[in-house]
Amino acid sequence: MKPPAIHDPAILESPLAIQGLTVSYGQNPVVYSVDFVTPPGSLTAIVGPNGAGKSTLLKAALGIVRRLSGEVLVYGKPYAQQSQRIAYVPQRNSVDWDFPATVLDVVTMGLFRQLRWWQFTRRKHRDTALACLARVGMESFADRQIGQLSGGQQQRVFLARALAQQADLTILDEPFAGVDAATEKAIVEVLKSLRQQGKTLLCVHHDLTTVRDYFDHVLLVNVRRVAAGPVDEAFTESALQQAYGGRLGALQLERIVSVNSTPGA
Amino acid sequence: MDVWISALLFSAGYNTSLVTLGAMALGASAGMIGSFILLRKRSLVSDAISHATLPGLALAFILTATLTGDGRWLPGLMIGAALSATFGLWCVQAISSRTRLGEDAAIGAVLSTLFGLGVVLITAIQTMNIGGQAGLTDYLVGSTAGMLAAEAQLIALCALLLLLACFMFRREFLLVCFDAEYAYTTGIRTRRIDMLMLLLLLAVTVIGLKVTGLILIVALTIIPPVTGRFWTNRPLHMVAIASVCGALAGYLGVTLSSIRSGLPTGPLIVLSAFMLFALSLLLSPRRGIVAKLAAHQRFKTQVHLRQGLLSLARHEAIYDGLTLRILKRHGYIRRDHVPTPSGLAAARDAEHEEQLWSLYRTLYPDEAAYAGYVGLEPIGQCLPPDTIMALEMRRYPPQGGAS
Repeated sequence: MKPPAIHDPAILESPLAIQGLTVSYGQNPVVYSVDFVTPPGSLTAIVGPNGAGKSTLLKAALGIVRRLSGEVLVYGKPYAQQSQRIAYVPQRNSVDWDFPATVLDVVTMGLFRQLRWWQFTRRKHRDTALACLARVGMESFADRQIGQLSGGQQQRVFLARALAQQADLTILDEPFAGVDAATEKAIVEVLKSLRQQGKTLLCVHHDLTTVRDYFDHVLLVNVRRVAAGPVDEAFTESALQQAYGGRLGALQLERIVSVNSTPGA
Repeated sequence: MDVWISALLFSAGYNTSLVTLGAMALGASAGMIGSFILLRKRSLVSDAISHATLPGLALAFILTATLTGDGRWLPGLMIGAALSATFGLWCVQAISSRTRLGEDAAIGAVLSTLFGLGVVLITAIQTMNIGGQAGLTDYLVGSTAGMLAAEAQLIALCALLLLLACFMFRREFLLVCFDAEYAYTTGIRTRRIDMLMLLLLLAVTVIGLKVTGLILIVALTIIPPVTGRFWTNRPLHMVAIASVCGALAGYLGVTLSSIRSGLPTGPLIVLSAFMLFALSLLLSPRRGIVAKLAAHQRFKTQVHLRQGLLSLARHEAIYDGLTLRILKRHGYIRRDHVPTPSGLAAARDAEHEEQLWSLYRTLYPDEAAYAGYVGLEPIGQCLPPDTIMALEMRRYPPQGGAS
């Protein structure tokens, strides 16, 4: 039996439309019936307290984590048919950095899809990978062993690998966690330049103070969806209170939400 | 010695040459799939597989012996071994996915039980009155002496097919080994790829029955990959080197065992593999013991050089004999310990580097600690240019005030 056809153009054109997504470990729902339609060409933050299921939501949307219920459509089709349009930037502590690989090896992984088994990586692949490294300011590290990188550098390498995939939608899991300020700035610039090219970006983010500076859309979750939409509309004091359940002090809230407090502007 | 040399040169008869080639192909494919298994951190699984082959092998032996009078029919034994190894693998998977036991505990339980069962069956066979029972130990420790040409051909052909399969799926294997979740997002069915890896490992084990014997095949799937790891930091290079090491071990082992009749092939192959491993451990330019010692010496020199230069920059007296010798060797000080112009320039550079590093350590303590920078490497080789620019701006603000 086929599910009823979806005609809503917003969903069919959305890079990632999530409907009624529920994930549960045992009997304990981590993500409960979340709906979110990612606007095309947006730079969206997924924000919520620790343990709110932000990463799980993304992993379930990508099919890495099994979902209990819900529908996920990528440009109107199931994920399995569209995986070439999506690039995923995992949390950097998800891999073993002692793995025998150089920076270039990891970035080249983003090109594997283009290669058939009888083909070898050639000059042009190397050049593409180097160009992606250059965009994150790491081209001089191409032959470096990945185990010798700092946290920020690891994150940049992962971003370069995603760039190599030339995807329409890039999904990032906490790209700013534990990175230095220079790396944070470099990553934000890359993300914004991708948006300018018309790409869509979806990013789990934990630093509430930078949401306004970096993103144009926001999805606030705490197991359930709390609020979603353009930052100006959805990133409000009451929504934050609801998501964080009084864990934010009044002063803190004022600093996060007020539009004029952009530091260094 | 002459016998060995003629075997090495493939001139000890058609059969020996064929067996040698078969063992080389087997070693190559074992090294290749073993590398991926090692990178997936599942080396112990190969142990489980090889031990789990024993009951199937024994049952197949009994079955063919009762049907034909002689149990030593290689294809039949291979199938029996494959079936019981598959059963063992299934048990491991079932236990580790349905209970709270980890994979290692499951492997331990399954491996010992099936091996115990196998030993009981083998003992039973030895008391039975059936044909070919004397040759059964050949499958435990490997014996290529009396191998038929057809058997050698079968082994070589299967091993070559395995090599081809590994080559075809090398990128999928690599992605799954490095980051299975990421691999999944690029459209790779990770469970199927994991399954395929185990299947190839199982095939290697079964094909290797007659060559290395069922227990020692483990060594051939683990030692060459570990040897390869010594020589390279790149994943597919490691796989290739492991494959060459495996082939070399097979080559040396089989030719050595042809010196005298009755020499078991399996142990000789494993010992050859170990010899390659020991040589790599000692001599590898990246991770070998000798290279480590040399690197330590270099590091010591670097520390003394940097400390000496900093002392020059800060006009402090130097007393350490080694430091003075190193500075003199670089031409940074004269015989009477007065700094030369090049010494002063180097001292200024060292001071500058030192300040940037210490600023980096103050600004990003976590990053610096994580990467283990001690500040001896040229900073330009360790940090991206934009980070260095930021440091320089902090250290020497453009409005002046820098000295």
